[in-house]
Amino acid sequence: MKDSEVGRVKNRAAYFGIFTALALIFSYVETLIPIRFGTPGIKLGLANLVTVIVLFRTGWKDALLLSVTRIILAGFMFGSLFSIVYSLAGGILSLAVMALLERTGKFSTAGVSMAGGVSHNIGQLVVAMAAVKTYQVGYYLPVLLAAGLITGALIGAVAGEVLKRIRNIERI
Amino acid sequence: MKKNDLILAAAIIAAAAVILAIQFFRQDNGEQHVVVTVDGDVFGTYDLAENQTIEIGKTNRLVIENGNARMEWADCPDQICVNHKAVDKNGESIICLPNKVVVSVEGSKTSSLDGIAQ
Repeated sequence: MKDSEVGRVKNRAAYFGIFTALALIFSYVETLIPIRFGTPGIKLGLANLVTVIVLFRTGWKDALLLSVTRIILAGFMFGSLFSIVYSLAGGILSLAVMALLERTGKFSTAGVSMAGGVSHNIGQLVVAMAAVKTYQVGYYLPVLLAAGLITGALIGAVAGEVLKRIRNIERI
Repeated sequence: MKKNDLILAAAIIAAAAVILAIQFFRQDNGEQHVVVTVDGDVFGTYDLAENQTIEIGKTNRLVIENGNARMEWADCPDQICVNHKAVDKNGESIICLPNKVVVSVEGSKTSSLDGIAQ
């Protein structure tokens, strides 16, 4: 390996570490916000901010790795094995949807993140249905769709602003 | 925000509204039951009009009072079902994920349809 290549790999590792740490901090901050909407499963999805930024900046592979790493670590630290399964289902589905929409180039960060928020909630709902073996859980669907839409759009808008401002940071 | 973003948002809101409307029209004012299932199996069916306290195994306690049902106690750490508001409309449910307990309100008409669908 040439010196420049070694430098690039080191850079990538450093960036990835910073993004993972950031995402974990957001996950932690999220647990401190005591919002109760009467419907289980609604949250802001702050950690998703980092996922959206990485998705737009370096692509879906890094975003997926970051997302999975973050969910497993955050699950062990602030959640349970149970919450890891839920978060993984939501996280992977939402990332798949976001990556596809991002590729079309027809949506802004807000639109992509909105679809991500909604599909995240759908993924979790499907796991919940499988866990309790009833379709009654589907009762929450409209509320979860609306919640995913609002939180996703908010996070996406913030991600868009952040991306504008970190343009000068070297591409990884 | 691009134009496509707004179209996507409108589509999601429309989907939510349609599901909400279906849920709304499914309600009827006939006799209502509370169906309790544990891990997918029916634990019991109770009349919503009758005040009663139901012990669901050793994990949850359900109270039916003044035409609505609420989870009074659960042994799980998150207490989401206990904090959940009381339910009284058809299709509404209280779900305790850790204990796999589902409490749902069903009307006399819809319950038979649901029976087939499930």
